[in-house]
Amino acid sequence: MNLELYVWRQSDARSPGGMVRYEAEDITPDMSFLEMLDVVNLKQIENGEEPIAFDSDCREGICGSCGMMINGVAHGPLRGAAVCQLYMRSFKDRETIHIEPWRSRAFPVIKDLVVDRSALDRIIQAGGYISVSTGGAPEANTILVSKERTDLALDAAACIQCGACVAACPNGSAALFTASKVSNLALLPQGQPERNRRVISMVAAMDREGFGACSMHRECEAVCPKEISVNFIARMNWERLRAGFTRFGE
Amino acid sequence: MSAAMRPEDRIVTPSNRDGLPADEREPLNALFAIYHSLTGKKYAMAITGFVGVAYVILHMLGNLQVFAGPAKLNAYGALLRSNTALLWAVRIILLAAVILHSVAAYQLARASWKSRPIGYIHWRPVASTYASRAMRWSGPILGLFIIYHLLHLTTGAAHPDFRHGDVYHNVVTGFHVWYVSAIYVVAMLFLGLHLYHGAWSMFLSVGINNPTFNGLIRGIATFFTIIIVIGFISIPIAVLLGVIS
Repeated sequence: MNLELYVWRQSDARSPGGMVRYEAEDITPDMSFLEMLDVVNLKQIENGEEPIAFDSDCREGICGSCGMMINGVAHGPLRGAAVCQLYMRSFKDRETIHIEPWRSRAFPVIKDLVVDRSALDRIIQAGGYISVSTGGAPEANTILVSKERTDLALDAAACIQCGACVAACPNGSAALFTASKVSNLALLPQGQPERNRRVISMVAAMDREGFGACSMHRECEAVCPKEISVNFIARMNWERLRAGFTRFGE
Repeated sequence: MSAAMRPEDRIVTPSNRDGLPADEREPLNALFAIYHSLTGKKYAMAITGFVGVAYVILHMLGNLQVFAGPAKLNAYGALLRSNTALLWAVRIILLAAVILHSVAAYQLARASWKSRPIGYIHWRPVASTYASRAMRWSGPILGLFIIYHLLHLTTGAAHPDFRHGDVYHNVVTGFHVWYVSAIYVVAMLFLGLHLYHGAWSMFLSVGINNPTFNGLIRGIATFFTIIIVIGFISIPIAVLLGVIS
């Protein structure tokens, strides 16, 4: 199959960017989307031109490195999949594909489709962990947790920090990302001692990075490669409210 | 840009809260501290929005008495004005709610606009509704409508033949002007859009959420939205059709 691509090119953080047209030729339906970009880049290199820069690592939907807007949808048309899990059989011969990077003030573009997502790291550093001394591993089964609670916490823990939620949100909010970490740790025994200060600190960090406010559009949930639910955002809202009135009562 | 930890990123505990405002445990300071965050502003939106939803339900039920005739409606009007202190207390609460709702909405909208200085060339909605994306328009339109409505049927400044105390007469003569009725009908459609999203999301904004009754919340919000819009629209349409005269 042959496709017409319009890809955002930007040489560095300070330069303005723009869409550039490319022809993707001799693409097979079994190629992944990123493989297709690799093929386009091979031709770029052969022609002595700068290849399109984009992030990828595991290429199996678990690391959170890859991410781009494909025809206006974060990670493309496949639900519950990152762009590395999208295959060219999802597109038709001669189709036009528009590719843009994640857009947010908190995700400055480094080059082309590569954005700096360290803002998410700083939110995690502000409280997305439990403070426990390292040493010998304790016997895990002595702390009892119900299966329902474990399953719910794991649903939240599935977040791979790709940033698609921020990219898709009309408000540019990082609520789903922050909520997944807050919820995961608030649901589990080890997360209890720091539960209140964690949510206050992480919500403050989220605001500080310049993300927008959540108004429940639910775009985030729809594009999340791990299909994380907006119910966790409601849970975070409750945790923040609770913490505001019982802050040091923990 | 590195992911290095900055001093202001650390978790604050009672032993290291230097640099914070004097005493965050004071109730008033705690409220301001909560409102300072975007999440806190959402709490304000949800609470003031709830006041609005409750008011609009009661207002509609009261207004439907127009179908019971002039005596009933005018007696209802007199009842509302019978206790001046209560009347003004309610008016001040409603005014405060509308003002806080608008201020918080503006602050949230501004933060959200600033979060994406360079917009997408292509962005497609996947799961959001027209209602949710239109909140920032339907809100101000309703705000302007409220001002017009107060001038029309409360103070009478925008009414062609206003008579204090004769609510029935004011309503009937007011809605006989077809374009005035049209304004009300259009405004009520915007109210429907605004409530369809707001009456549902206000619960999630304060964290009232549980898989057991989430469907019920969505159902109740939709139900009241439809009832309120139909209830309000029925009055100008009934006047234009001559059902009320």
